[in-house]
Amino acid sequence: MSNIATGRPGRFAILANPTRFLELSGKVQPWVYGAAIAFVLAGLGLGFLAPEDYQQGATVRIMFIHVPFAWLCMMIWTVMAVSALGTLVWRHPLADVSIKAAAPIGAVFTVLALLTGSIWGRPMWGTWWVWDARLTSVFVLFIMYLGLIALTRALDEPGKAARPAAILVLVGWVNIPIIKFSVDWWNTLHQPASVIRADGPSMPPEFLTPLLLSAAGFTLLFFALHLTAIRTEILRRRVEALSKLAARKAERSDAGVAS
Amino acid sequence: MSGAYTGFILAAYGFSALAIGGLGLWTYLDARAQRRALADLDARGIRRRSDGSARSDTQKGAASR
Repeated sequence: MSNIATGRPGRFAILANPTRFLELSGKVQPWVYGAAIAFVLAGLGLGFLAPEDYQQGATVRIMFIHVPFAWLCMMIWTVMAVSALGTLVWRHPLADVSIKAAAPIGAVFTVLALLTGSIWGRPMWGTWWVWDARLTSVFVLFIMYLGLIALTRALDEPGKAARPAAILVLVGWVNIPIIKFSVDWWNTLHQPASVIRADGPSMPPEFLTPLLLSAAGFTLLFFALHLTAIRTEILRRRVEALSKLAARKAERSDAGVAS
Repeated sequence: MSGAYTGFILAAYGFSALAIGGLGLWTYLDARAQRRALADLDARGIRRRSDGSARSDTQKGAASR
């Protein structure tokens, strides 16, 4: 791969300079957190003002967090899949940092999707858990998040884990359409899609508006946390590189004193 | 808000607030620890050659390694 500089660097090339990335992201960061909190509060506030569902009663309020969490656990893996392409195809220096930073956040939202779903399922289905297609495929996603977290933190030299992690993310991405369409392909206890469907959402605006606000808010919250985690990871790698440098210098000066 | 489902709703929101709060706290503490470690190295005079002056080739990409 030749590395000849072309006329104008693209948007991603500018972000490839970690120092520039730290500068830009530092300015953007507080606004993303602010917007995330505003959207989440608006969504959940409207959600509690919404009337109760005629079938599900007040438990419909769990939807305003459960659905955004479930959406996020799929979106975060997809963000990591794009980052994996960044590692394998474009050799973007921040792509594997992005994967490592996103994995724990994705794992937390996956746990919450499973947990809130289980708490909702108990009064509505009469059971905390069933091994049906939707629940099982999300559980598999959770296990894959854990595997990825272990892999990205297993090796001392972070660059060495970049390629295997990217491959795991891309191979694991096949699970995402399986999760999405599991409710159509198999007979499940879980209800079918009611927001993203070919003939439009099948939900009254009293429920749809707070749900979309809350989903937008938690999505922004993910990007804010992801940004912070990427910045921290860049700093961590600088600390490691500098500590090694300092150790080498100390060794050399020790040797100098001895001889 | 009262009714047969209050406990379930509170549990769902409570666990979520706890988990996201924990995630936020961990993210913040980790960020602070790395900033402090870098400031500590800087105070000992150990800093990247690229900081302040022109970048040298050996330091390029140090952050991504």
